[in-house]
Amino acid sequence: MAVENTTEKKPAKVVLREVVDMVYRQAWEAKERGEPIGWSSSKFPAEIAETLGLKVVYPENQAAGIAAKKGGQRMCEHAEAMGFANDICGYARISLAYAAGFEADERAMPQPDFVLCCNNICNCMTKWYENIARMHNIPLIMIDVPYNNDVEVGDDYVAYIKGQFMDAITQLEKISGNKWDEKRFEEVCANANRTAQGWLKACNFLQYTPAPYSGFDLFNNMADVVTARVKPETAAAFEQLIGEYEEMVKEGKTTWKYEENHRIMFEGIPCWPGLQALFKPLKEKGINTTAVVYAPAFGFVYNNLDELCKAYCKAPNSVCLETGVEWREGICRENNVDGILVHYNRSCKPWSGYMPEMERRFRKDLGVPVVGFDGDQADPRNFSDAQYQTRVEGLYELMEQNNPSKGGKA
Amino acid sequence: MSKINELLAEFQDIARNPKAQLEKYVGEGTKVIGCFPYYTPDELVHAAGMVPFGVWGAEGTINSAKEYFAPFYCTIAQMNLEMGLNGTLDKLSGVIAPSMCDTLRPLTQNFRVAVPQLPFMFLAHPQNRRIPVGVDFTVAQYEKIKNKLEEISGSKITDDKLQASIKVFNQSRAVRRRFIELAGQHPEAVSAVQRSAVLKSAFFMKKEEHTAMLEQLNELLHVLPESGWKGAKIVTSGIIADSAALLSILDENGLAIATDDIAHESRAIRIDVPEHADPMRALALQFAEQDHDPLLYDPEINKRHNFVVDLVKNSGAHGVVILQMQFCDPEELEFPSLKKALDEAGIPFIVLGIDQQMQDFGQARTSIQAFADVLSMKV
Repeated sequence: MAVENTTEKKPAKVVLREVVDMVYRQAWEAKERGEPIGWSSSKFPAEIAETLGLKVVYPENQAAGIAAKKGGQRMCEHAEAMGFANDICGYARISLAYAAGFEADERAMPQPDFVLCCNNICNCMTKWYENIARMHNIPLIMIDVPYNNDVEVGDDYVAYIKGQFMDAITQLEKISGNKWDEKRFEEVCANANRTAQGWLKACNFLQYTPAPYSGFDLFNNMADVVTARVKPETAAAFEQLIGEYEEMVKEGKTTWKYEENHRIMFEGIPCWPGLQALFKPLKEKGINTTAVVYAPAFGFVYNNLDELCKAYCKAPNSVCLETGVEWREGICRENNVDGILVHYNRSCKPWSGYMPEMERRFRKDLGVPVVGFDGDQADPRNFSDAQYQTRVEGLYELMEQNNPSKGGKA
Repeated sequence: MSKINELLAEFQDIARNPKAQLEKYVGEGTKVIGCFPYYTPDELVHAAGMVPFGVWGAEGTINSAKEYFAPFYCTIAQMNLEMGLNGTLDKLSGVIAPSMCDTLRPLTQNFRVAVPQLPFMFLAHPQNRRIPVGVDFTVAQYEKIKNKLEEISGSKITDDKLQASIKVFNQSRAVRRRFIELAGQHPEAVSAVQRSAVLKSAFFMKKEEHTAMLEQLNELLHVLPESGWKGAKIVTSGIIADSAALLSILDENGLAIATDDIAHESRAIRIDVPEHADPMRALALQFAEQDHDPLLYDPEINKRHNFVVDLVKNSGAHGVVILQMQFCDPEELEFPSLKKALDEAGIPFIVLGIDQQMQDFGQARTSIQAFADVLSMKV
């Protein structure tokens, strides 16, 4: 089922939301028809299942949705009662609770008949998905992307990932009952590339001053690149969004309704349960978020299977420190940020494990103030509003001191 | 002092003082390479004429490493970095650092930039390690390590040298496995503290030296009369179990270690390197066969927890002491399945949270005492 043909009347942000809803709706419909449903990690090559006509939903997106609607703590506590320690990733805890049968009306999705695991994001994913497969006694298709210490992706990585890609096709052919169709695969890849290019272009509008929108909007649009990057509807929706941004830039308009006194990079996954709390002191002080690392992190652009394999090696937690710094400093420079706010995300050990060194590099290379706060992507118990406000206040003061129009050192 | 006790005391001296071992080898003109957890191809270090030296943290306090890690990280990783920063590892000629968990990923990066004076050998293991492309990937990674080791040692690692090293290490593993079995049969002769020292010292000794000493000990244990041990026996499970303070509480409460499921002990020596004309491929095939470990992907999904249940049954243990390394995701994510399997098999267990900064063992003592009481009814 396609998105309703009323896209021209609706703003792109509504269309983008509907695309995500469509993914979940189609999964429910397929489940009712008796088709096998997959649960997939966000950076598993979505091209395979799409080519084979399999419907797939995304536990990370579901967990973020549940957390944003205040269900995170409840689901985490269910998982803890099952024996999962409270320092395991909040997304994993929410997902494992849901897989075990605890309901979450905040973002319900059909239970899986197979799981697609790619650990390019983190190794937690491996055991998380093994647990789901174990609970449901279903097949797990694993594409292992080892961590890469080099800036370039070597031929050894490409050969290993390509081999697993081919194995995954064979396994999913059996599950779907469909034969691999190279022509369909090319179409799907073309859609995925079109979405990635749209996503990157939309992200690039944050370079304008004033930025035509808040970087927090990107967090919402991320749902589309996670759940639907292989769908033509997604590409079209991003292209519509780009059109809207072009108009706004031409007219000097912005959806950011506040002053743009300062522009920052928000580092890390947002605290979904506390989005309002995150946003509040920023808007009060006129601090717009004009850089988030998700921009380069989800822009998978490739021309062939080797390049696809390389693209999937480039997740935020699978690249070396130097690449991670380069991504971030690139968008900070392009998008003219004058400060950086770092989320020490209790749920994400790999991500937070690079941040102290990255902080030092940001300060040295960019000459901007960097301030960190403690939080969690899904478990509200790990976020302190008071600490956050104090840290934002501190960042603001440092940015003000650097502001030449206020006598700062520029 | 009996010969058994003399040997055990010697192992304990070595296990307690890795610094002296390091200085001894370096003083003899032998280069030493630090091997971080998990599954480093130590045979390559040996074949290059150097000594592989296990670096699995240390009991101590984290100071400088706080500049790189927030507090919610495994202390083994933090202490490895701490030792790099405070000069403890300065006499090493390089380190091999695997990246197979979410803490080791950033540790590799932090260590590489924070301790630039030490030649750094990054190691990526494949989780899909058994399929042909996985084996090829392991070979490719080991080749990178081999090249760097040759550079550091100035010595070419020939196939013949590597085949010889594989024999030395297979023998070391076999002797250690035999010791674990004998120590389980003779808790009256080998305490939990001593058992740990024997196994830990292997990380700080030339394997030939360790094997020679351990063969002597094994022979002496082998000829002991049947133990007649009346107390309970346990299986330990976790990443590391080398805290003498903690292990002595097991000893005080009459809990003998029948065998273990510890990454630093049995998990590291379960699998030998198979015979193969190409020794690099042989090393990769060894890694392909590694299994039953929360750090590793289990393609068969259900094997590991059942393996631990079987360990308990086959070793004649009465319960399991799970030593849960704080903030270790892989172990934590496997715990509910292990718990379920143990419950279903009617095997009692306790979970003790541990880390390498731990100084107060009061809570652990209370848990172990209560657990010993429970197990005493099963003996």
